[in-house]
Amino acid sequence: MTRSPLHHEHVALGATLVEFAGWDMPVRYASDVAEHTAVRTAAGLFDISHMGEIEVRGADAAAGLDAAVVSGMARLAIGKAKYTNLCTRGGGVIDDLIVYRRDWDHFVIVANAANVETVTAELVERLAGLDASVKNISEDVSLLAIQGPASEEIVAAMCVHGADDVRALKNYTWCTVLLQGDVHAMVARTGYTGEDGFELFLVPDDAVEIWRLALAVGGPLGLIPCGLSARDTLRLEAGMPLYGHELTLATTPYDAGLGWVVQTGAARELTRPGLDGAVGLSEGRVPRGDFVGREALAAAKAAREAADADPASASEETRVLVGLVGASGRVARAGYDVYVGDRLVGIVSSGAPSPTLGRPVAMAMVHPVASALGTAVEIDVRGRRETMTVTALPLYKRAS
Amino acid sequence: MSSVPSDLLYSAEHEWVAGDAEAGSVVTVGITEHAAVALGDVVYVELPSVGDEVTAGEVCGELESSKAVSELYSPVSGTVTAVNEALSSEPSAINDEPYESGWIFKVEVSDVPELLDAEGYVAHIA
Repeated sequence: MTRSPLHHEHVALGATLVEFAGWDMPVRYASDVAEHTAVRTAAGLFDISHMGEIEVRGADAAAGLDAAVVSGMARLAIGKAKYTNLCTRGGGVIDDLIVYRRDWDHFVIVANAANVETVTAELVERLAGLDASVKNISEDVSLLAIQGPASEEIVAAMCVHGADDVRALKNYTWCTVLLQGDVHAMVARTGYTGEDGFELFLVPDDAVEIWRLALAVGGPLGLIPCGLSARDTLRLEAGMPLYGHELTLATTPYDAGLGWVVQTGAARELTRPGLDGAVGLSEGRVPRGDFVGREALAAAKAAREAADADPASASEETRVLVGLVGASGRVARAGYDVYVGDRLVGIVSSGAPSPTLGRPVAMAMVHPVASALGTAVEIDVRGRRETMTVTALPLYKRAS
Repeated sequence: MSSVPSDLLYSAEHEWVAGDAEAGSVVTVGITEHAAVALGDVVYVELPSVGDEVTAGEVCGELESSKAVSELYSPVSGTVTAVNEALSSEPSAINDEPYESGWIFKVEVSDVPELLDAEGYVAHIA
């Protein structure tokens, strides 16, 4: 199993470690509920070194990425980041990604740990023949997340240079800073918790020093180290999909409520001259302005709109992502069947007791007839049914 | 290293038994600190009911935590004489004080399988 550069920090803090995507990572330090609550009320520090990073560089990097993923990348401004999906030609989701534009010819992509090699291979193929290199740089990057309402104050206080830039960051933008200890870092206002928060891109040799710095600076403000259990309940409350649960090769972004990431038209106009004929995949496969999966996703969009307009007529296998909130203490977990009466209408994709709501919550892929807000559905929880109510996602939204 | 009190008996399924584990006596049952740590914060307990007949090694309840649900096995056979109702409002007692306020149920014993002593349980979880 791969160890994080922070492995010994986790052990010293008494973490319970679990295998996750081939990594030995902390699932919790002491109390996963307390870790969850710290992020909602103060701040939490996460080691997310398992996440994969891919670098795309070269004169055609923007154009190539634009054709490779479902969102327009050519017009993404330097300093900004964008959430997107990498889809198959048939519209299935290979992974969800955050793409950071470092320079006009330089992008950094964060992919899920289990998918980084697949994503790298896909991008290599999709950018073949262009002036662009694709490299898995996961071994050269350690990622820490500092999340929660106190995170801005904490990250700013960790800076020697760049504190004002950190405070000025909008969501999905990044800057570079000099942290205490003479450590250079890229800091992005991104996260996976539904709270304000930051992700720090470090070289692995600096990870221990910055981990300790974050605990020392953040501790007095309520920051505690948080494990993957809290990360999962936080993202679930925030209605954020997890690859392998809400997103799979068998689902399109439209099935998972992510139709907004699919961009066509203006977002994809290329402004850099001289790229005619050079845009897209290897020769002849994707014309200018096109992207992999476009046709299938257009059909998926039309099917989604038809199903929304007339749920009863949607084919039996049609699915859409919904949020669920339960009443009893028994929890609907991933893989449990969802019923309306005797009709099997879907399956739970993620479920946990919500520390914030104090009730079981879930996300489920259900037939459109069961997707209207307020619909009562029944979950087969190990042979005994529990009632849950279809509820708007996100199930938790921070006060803004 | 989690605490394993020397005056208790243990099942391989991580329950502890306090009291005389012999037919006719009433014993108290809970889960070990080792099990509580592995589960994480218990947020809901499905308790057996007073009067239920329980069988050693069989499921008699459920413990829900953030990451998973785990089944509660009875370490002895007999009749449930009391359940810890306080756990419905304070399930965290199982994490905070697994051997005290986190007790789960009491059984009037009809039959006892072979249980582990503290030394045996320590070896079991090593």
